[in-house]
Amino acid sequence: MTRSIIELEVTPDDARVARLAAAAVGLSLVDAAIPMPLPGVKPGLANIVILLTLARFGWRTAVWVSLLRVFAGALLLGQFLAPGFFLSLAGALTSLAALALARSLPRRWFGLVSWSLLASVAHIAGQLLLVRLWLIPHDGVFRLIPVFALAALVFGVLNGLAACRLWVEINPEDPPE
Amino acid sequence: MATLREVPSPAGGWRLFLLPGDCLLILLGLVLTLVSFPLFWQGGKGTRAVIRLDGKVFREARLDVAQEIRVPGALGETVIHVEKGRARVRSDPGPRQYCVRQGWLSAAGDMALCAPSRVSLSIEGDKAPYDALNY
Repeated sequence: MTRSIIELEVTPDDARVARLAAAAVGLSLVDAAIPMPLPGVKPGLANIVILLTLARFGWRTAVWVSLLRVFAGALLLGQFLAPGFFLSLAGALTSLAALALARSLPRRWFGLVSWSLLASVAHIAGQLLLVRLWLIPHDGVFRLIPVFALAALVFGVLNGLAACRLWVEINPEDPPE
Repeated sequence: MATLREVPSPAGGWRLFLLPGDCLLILLGLVLTLVSFPLFWQGGKGTRAVIRLDGKVFREARLDVAQEIRVPGALGETVIHVEKGRARVRSDPGPRQYCVRQGWLSAAGDMALCAPSRVSLSIEGDKAPYDALNY
């Protein structure tokens, strides 16, 4: 029997996606470790990485990093295929869709904070929709909207500011303005 | 690798990161969030107490006149007190007394279940809550 060797070609792009995804996964572990008063309210620190990826490498790379983050993060937290995984996936998909739209906003007026805000609102909207359709099929879940909206607003702005700050560090000569 | 502390803070402070559009979106988000509180937390006060026995409506009482309602439940008599704006299960023969310990109910949607007695007390508003979502 001949041993078959499968060699995977690792392109620089792959390595970059893997590095960024690793950073995002690390941040989602930090996220999970921060105690929060209400399930579903989270800082979403990994989104900082997604924002920077989007700004630097474009939407396709951001999708890769985001989805790898969801899968690897779920595996590490023991959430894979549990409800939390699907909520995380739904949030990631809706916020990626929002980012696709946000990217077409004029950069002169709308910076990373706008992207972050739109993504965080879309994130919680997607999750809430999945909860309503699947986990808790009762309109009562919508009573949580004000709390979630407030959390999305606060953390969206903070993550956006953090992303701006890191962007300045990565590209000192190219401020986000 | 430089730690965050060593890096000078952005010239002019964090405010420089906010472009006009960003500020606009934040303001819009703030307004929508503030508006969402009364919108989704409406239907607050209840106006009627609905008492069910075996799942069928036994009695409805408006929450404006104080009265005592005695319900012949499966285990014995369940006593329900109605007052202005609130109602409670005063006593129930059930073993665990969950419905009694729930105390006064006043918000639309509140409910106390005396499962062993097959008696329930629920508070309802004039308009069904979450109307804003069922347009």
